[in-house]
Amino acid sequence: MSELTFKDFETDQEVRWCPGCGDYSILKAVQRTLAANGARPENTVFVSGIGCSSRLPYYVETYGFHTIHGRAPAIATGVKLANPDADVWVITGDGDGLSIGGNHLIHALRRNVDLNILLFNNEIYGLTKGQYSPTSRIGTTSPSTPHGSFDAPVHPGLLALGAGAGFIARAVDIDQKGLPQILTDANEYDGAAFVEILQNCIVYNKDVFDDVVNKKTAADTQIHVVNGEPLIYGKNRDRGLRLNPATLRLESVVLGENGISEADILVHDETNTTIAQLLLNMSAPLPTAMGVIHRLPRPAFDRAFWQHKPTERRAKVLDLLRHGNMLDRRTA
Amino acid sequence: MAAQSDTIPDKTSYVVRFAGDSGDGIQLQGQQFTIASALGGHDLATLPDFPAEIRAPTGTRYGVSAFQIQFGGDRITTPGDAPDVLIAFNPAALVVNLPHLQDGATIITDENAYTTQRLKRADLDDNPLENGSLDRFTVHAVPISDLTQEAVKAHGLGTKDSLRCKNFWALGLMLWLFDQPRDATRQWISIKFARDEQVRSANLAALDAGHAYGETMELAHQVHQHPTPQAPLADVEYRTLTGAEALSLGLVAAGELADIGLLFCSYPITPASSVLHHLAGLEDAGVATFQAEDEIAAVCAAIGASYGGKLGLTSSSGPGIALKTEAIGLAVAAELPLVVVNSQRAGPSTGMPTKTEQSDLYQAVYGRNGDTPIPVIASRSPADCFDVAIEAVRIALRHMTPVILLTDGYIANASELWALPDYEQYAAIDHHQPDPDAAGDVFERDPATHARVWAHPGLPGFVYRVGGIEKDLHSGNISYDPANHQAMTDLRRAKVESVADFIPDQRIDNGVDHGLAVVAWGSTYGTVAQAVREALNEGLNVGHVHIRHINPLPRNLGGLLAGYDRVLVPELNDGQMATLLRDKLLVEVTQLNKVTGQPLTVSEVKAEIQRLAPRNIREATNE
Repeated sequence: MSELTFKDFETDQEVRWCPGCGDYSILKAVQRTLAANGARPENTVFVSGIGCSSRLPYYVETYGFHTIHGRAPAIATGVKLANPDADVWVITGDGDGLSIGGNHLIHALRRNVDLNILLFNNEIYGLTKGQYSPTSRIGTTSPSTPHGSFDAPVHPGLLALGAGAGFIARAVDIDQKGLPQILTDANEYDGAAFVEILQNCIVYNKDVFDDVVNKKTAADTQIHVVNGEPLIYGKNRDRGLRLNPATLRLESVVLGENGISEADILVHDETNTTIAQLLLNMSAPLPTAMGVIHRLPRPAFDRAFWQHKPTERRAKVLDLLRHGNMLDRRTA
Repeated sequence: MAAQSDTIPDKTSYVVRFAGDSGDGIQLQGQQFTIASALGGHDLATLPDFPAEIRAPTGTRYGVSAFQIQFGGDRITTPGDAPDVLIAFNPAALVVNLPHLQDGATIITDENAYTTQRLKRADLDDNPLENGSLDRFTVHAVPISDLTQEAVKAHGLGTKDSLRCKNFWALGLMLWLFDQPRDATRQWISIKFARDEQVRSANLAALDAGHAYGETMELAHQVHQHPTPQAPLADVEYRTLTGAEALSLGLVAAGELADIGLLFCSYPITPASSVLHHLAGLEDAGVATFQAEDEIAAVCAAIGASYGGKLGLTSSSGPGIALKTEAIGLAVAAELPLVVVNSQRAGPSTGMPTKTEQSDLYQAVYGRNGDTPIPVIASRSPADCFDVAIEAVRIALRHMTPVILLTDGYIANASELWALPDYEQYAAIDHHQPDPDAAGDVFERDPATHARVWAHPGLPGFVYRVGGIEKDLHSGNISYDPANHQAMTDLRRAKVESVADFIPDQRIDNGVDHGLAVVAWGSTYGTVAQAVREALNEGLNVGHVHIRHINPLPRNLGGLLAGYDRVLVPELNDGQMATLLRDKLLVEVTQLNKVTGQPLTVSEVKAEIQRLAPRNIREATNE
């Protein structure tokens, strides 16, 4: 088969997100990832719910199913169970995946269905014109919260961890280097891979992640975690995360100060759920964790599902019909 | 002609009702009696009637579980209006079932259960066995508990375990009374308790002791054995099965006939769960089951399966169907096959989960947002579920549409004798999956069925996108074009209407084509059939028209009904089929509605027929 480029994964449909929307760069990263990994359009399925992000399947030249609000993980589960050879991707957002569809997300993750779940988190309802979402920070003013929201947001990564997700990663929409690698890792994970993508809604929640993703400060406000390597970050790569055994909290330390060396820095272990929790929980002044935060091999649900292949199906049906207390009135 | 009153209990069929605590093994007793009756060569119909409580406090009225069976030498289509024999294990089971009995009925009850404490538990101030309140009946107060303990004493069980054998003691007595074979029950006990020799032998001893006790009763001239005549059965193989079993078998068979893998996705709900139980573990027959996290996920996974190339099936009861409704609309919009089974129960809201009703007809036919037509079919009896399940799959695959199959709690749990069909006579089920090596347009539609191509991931020639947003008629891409939405709406209507091109004409199940039409659907079949049979025997001009295809209705139905003077629609709801007939056929109908959670009785339907049907005096009126 001929090699495909990212252009081969573009459709003839005009992309209709707002100019400057973070979704454009996510779409590009998705198409690049598919091309780079030798994906075949016929074996790839994108399933989405409702929301701005959920339009994505129409723009990717693969099989695609734009479904109903919140239900993409459930529908994708059915697709994967019916068609275990297909590569199934779920495209969802913070409203779609964490509010109306929270239940399905939880269960897809705990079952470990082999899906790549991309949650575009922009902390707002875009398609319905800007209401606050379940990930909006306290105090978010919106048409439905004119005096500011006062309910606590849900934390996507921690929710996934609590649901038993075996793969949790975080990325930034415009990171054309890091995002394709994370998508590749997610695709290679045999089970439900959860990727939270910080996505900029330039109309209703512009620059809400600026404190994390601003290029000028990103080196100090993000840490790109790598399995087996010490958790070091900063423009000069002189800062690190140390576990304080007295408080069981992470603290940011400066290498070379107060006798701190690399040996004091916590080493990332993707399989360790405690480290995953610590990393996911970080917020300023600690950096925000990016990359593969958690990766723990577990049996995929869809593999366990098909243990018995239909054999001699007609004979089996005939056998079932006679499975009972038979009264034989046939004349000999 | 006035009906002759039957004074001599010389019957070709009998109605027996077992009643006791929900922990007394009443349903098991009924099932075993059912099997024995079938093996004894009798036709039969059953009515399990159990409370919502799993193990209600013993001796309470609300905890009474009952099982009714009619069996005998006629063709039996109903579990019977009134029991000839009630076997009641305690005072509560006696009093709550008295309203079912006619004068002269026989009651067998456990004398040992009428203690002061247990009478109080049943809210009784004094003992009905002694206060004359049962004078209208023939009562045999038998010390069933004592006799059971006596019978199993040799097997060394404690008091509690000994008393648990009393259902088999009573079953033994009933098998004696109607001269039914014990072999199947003996075999069942031996297999069920194979690992516990003590329990196995004790239950067998109880069964035999109950049977032997009957002979002593006969010797004392208290009762006589009633050997039941054999039913006029055909020279084929028969088995008993419940509606849930028949439905499950039908789905499995349909998958085989279509040569398509099935994914049955469901969430536990009464009374629909038994379909999931029957299908679970049948992967080697080509059906996999998925217990989803909720009703919505169940239908969504089924839709995903259909998108993925297997046929998705889901099953629930009214409240669950309500939750699935939005997703069913998606399947309509995406033009995907899907079978949705609704085992109806009494509503609204949670309603009465263990009680039967036919009140989800509006929901099935009209209950979606948008103009979203869906074919709807209904099964009329437990065994009929087999054919109706196959028909549902056939329609779904032929037209690429969701299909709603209506059954109900009564059909799901009741059993009947089923003449094994000749499976070779069932036609293969066609579908629209393309040749894997072909390439083409998935939205090219079959002109007769309006079905699109059922492409699925894995096929390189058909890569496509689809969704719940209105799509372009030809490309499937999102379209807000006004003319396109009109065209898509027309297509969806035409598709469901085209189902009528493939279904048989409505026929008259029994009776004449003039006078009174009794138009019924679903589980009222047996009752209406019997009522019409009796009315015809009384010389009334009546015809029974039983509708299987509800949406669309058979094309000839309007013409057929126009031949009658009046139309009576008996149903277990507040008039939903009546509305549908008025809507679709502009026909005037008389309603007979009952919503007590119990099936209609033959006498209720017959009384209405007698009120409305003209006598067969055509010649006389011509003079």
